[in-house]
Amino acid sequence: MQRSFLLVGKIDMEMMTDKKEDSLVLVKQGAEARVFESQFVGRRSIVKERFSKKYRHPTLDSKLTQKRLNAEARCIAKARRLGVPTPVLYAVDPVLNSLTFEYVEGPSVKDVFLDFGIHGVVEEKMDDIAMQIGHAIGKLHDGGLAHGDLTTSNMLIRSSTNQLVLIDFGLSFTSSLPEDKAVDLYVLERALLSMHSSCGNVMDKILAAYRKSSKQWCSTLNKLGQARKEGRIKMTQNKADKGNKYKKVDMKWIKRWISASVTGFANNILTLHMNHRDKQHTTL
Amino acid sequence: MKNLLALGFEGSANKIGVGVVSLDGTILSNPRHTYITPPGQGFLPRETAHHHLQHVLPLIKSALEAAKVTPNEIDCLCYTKGPGMGAPLQVSAVVVRVLSQLWKKPIVAVNHCVAHIEMGRIVTGAKDPVVLYVSGGNTQVIAYSEGRYRIFGETIDIAVGNCLDRFARVLELSNDPAPGYNIEQLAKKGEKFLDLPYAVKGMDVSFSGILSYIETTAEEKLKNNECTPADLCYSLQETVFAMLVEITERAMAHCDTKDVLIVGGVGCNERLQDMMKTMCSERGGNLFATDDRYCIDNGAMIAYTGLLAYSRGLSTPMEESTFTQRFRTDEVLAIWREKELSNMDTVIEETY
Repeated sequence: MQRSFLLVGKIDMEMMTDKKEDSLVLVKQGAEARVFESQFVGRRSIVKERFSKKYRHPTLDSKLTQKRLNAEARCIAKARRLGVPTPVLYAVDPVLNSLTFEYVEGPSVKDVFLDFGIHGVVEEKMDDIAMQIGHAIGKLHDGGLAHGDLTTSNMLIRSSTNQLVLIDFGLSFTSSLPEDKAVDLYVLERALLSMHSSCGNVMDKILAAYRKSSKQWCSTLNKLGQARKEGRIKMTQNKADKGNKYKKVDMKWIKRWISASVTGFANNILTLHMNHRDKQHTTL
Repeated sequence: MKNLLALGFEGSANKIGVGVVSLDGTILSNPRHTYITPPGQGFLPRETAHHHLQHVLPLIKSALEAAKVTPNEIDCLCYTKGPGMGAPLQVSAVVVRVLSQLWKKPIVAVNHCVAHIEMGRIVTGAKDPVVLYVSGGNTQVIAYSEGRYRIFGETIDIAVGNCLDRFARVLELSNDPAPGYNIEQLAKKGEKFLDLPYAVKGMDVSFSGILSYIETTAEEKLKNNECTPADLCYSLQETVFAMLVEITERAMAHCDTKDVLIVGGVGCNERLQDMMKTMCSERGGNLFATDDRYCIDNGAMIAYTGLLAYSRGLSTPMEESTFTQRFRTDEVLAIWREKELSNMDTVIEETY
């Protein structure tokens, strides 16, 4: 499969470069790549070109760029094979560090959710999107693929069919470890919390659908819960801390410091307190 | 309106600082003292707390003298509630309680991370940047959204400063003025780039694997004369800073923001600032960074942030003037940011 992509790329290279001059329109400058709209053998297409990062050491930069280009092509092919809707990959160019994809017409889930945030949630649509997200991730994970950057900006809704399309497999990797899958879900959860907190609990709906479509949901969700507790996801970390945090100051000691401070405000107040602390031992 | 004055205490790590600041951000004084351990050693909570105890009172005196204010003129006392090391945190909490009783002044508890952000914003004038907060204890990419400073990415194990500090211990570099500073100087002489692990997961980073890798290879390679300590420092810096710039850029892309503010002790590193500046200019944005006076923990940042809260009517009753080792950036409601926005709204309404 890989090879055939590369061949297609080579055959059409000349045609592409000819077209590139006049028809490349910058759609978006992402963190790692520029995305252009273009024509590929007469079809509307998206070209994702990874550019070198001037801030990085050249050795490190070319290593990362090459690795990520190849990995992305492999992963998107694998995702399609697993039945996860992704844009069709037309060509891979290892010299220009670019991938050419089918053009998907439609808004990103981020825009849809932000719109819900402003104009109120359309429950029906929200449920449908959440279910599709859950199913797609479930299929991906069961096939041993972790997306690596599941944010709402990396999900599109195809306008013609209302079908969810996953994009940007730039950080994807193959893994069957429940931990990696849990991190995937965790990244999504935090993206939802930080950008779409006004949309209600989308994550629960996504997880419900995930549970239905992933056979290994149990171990993954266990890891997700465990990871939260361990403080990798610190949203729940404070629970463990509450005892300490909300403990009131012992007023008896305060009064004693004050009476000491009347006779002479100096180091001895503090030393007094520190001695007390040392006796109590450092529970802190 | 009278310009409010605050006295701030910072002692969450190995520095004890006292600062006097007014609400418009003028720093009247900002002395601090650092607990410096011998090369090859880190600072331990109890010793650090004792260091703070020894220095806090002279620091208060010199802060007030340098600012030419008397305790009467101070409006509130601010201290670091967390996050940080328990024992050192306790010192400033206790000092503040005592002073509050003696001087009859209200207390304001401050989140250390938020204080770094607010100080960076007032010093540089950055309006709504993506913030990279990098220090010995924290590594977070933060942006303001819906009333809070939200964490978009962070380290999933140790902080970047901790990684650098601990590698400095392996090389037995001096801890004066800071281990990270000495790594930075040594790295300038490095020539060879060694391939190190690169660990970015989504918007999060991990440093512990890189640290163990470089700790073991350092020993081997130095013994066989395959590289110099300078090469190692250079490669380590290049790798970990590339990771930080990458997650910052991700957060920028996600939030659609162009400007970056770097705060925290590692933020004084000029190589990191350089790399970030390159990235920002590629995206058509600006880098806001400060020097060691404001980047490194200091009392003024606590005073200023406390004063922001105090000016909006917040203070901490004595019974709640506790401290905590864990205190997330996003737990704090940044009400002064809301007011800022609503002020702007009224201004807009008035103009139209």
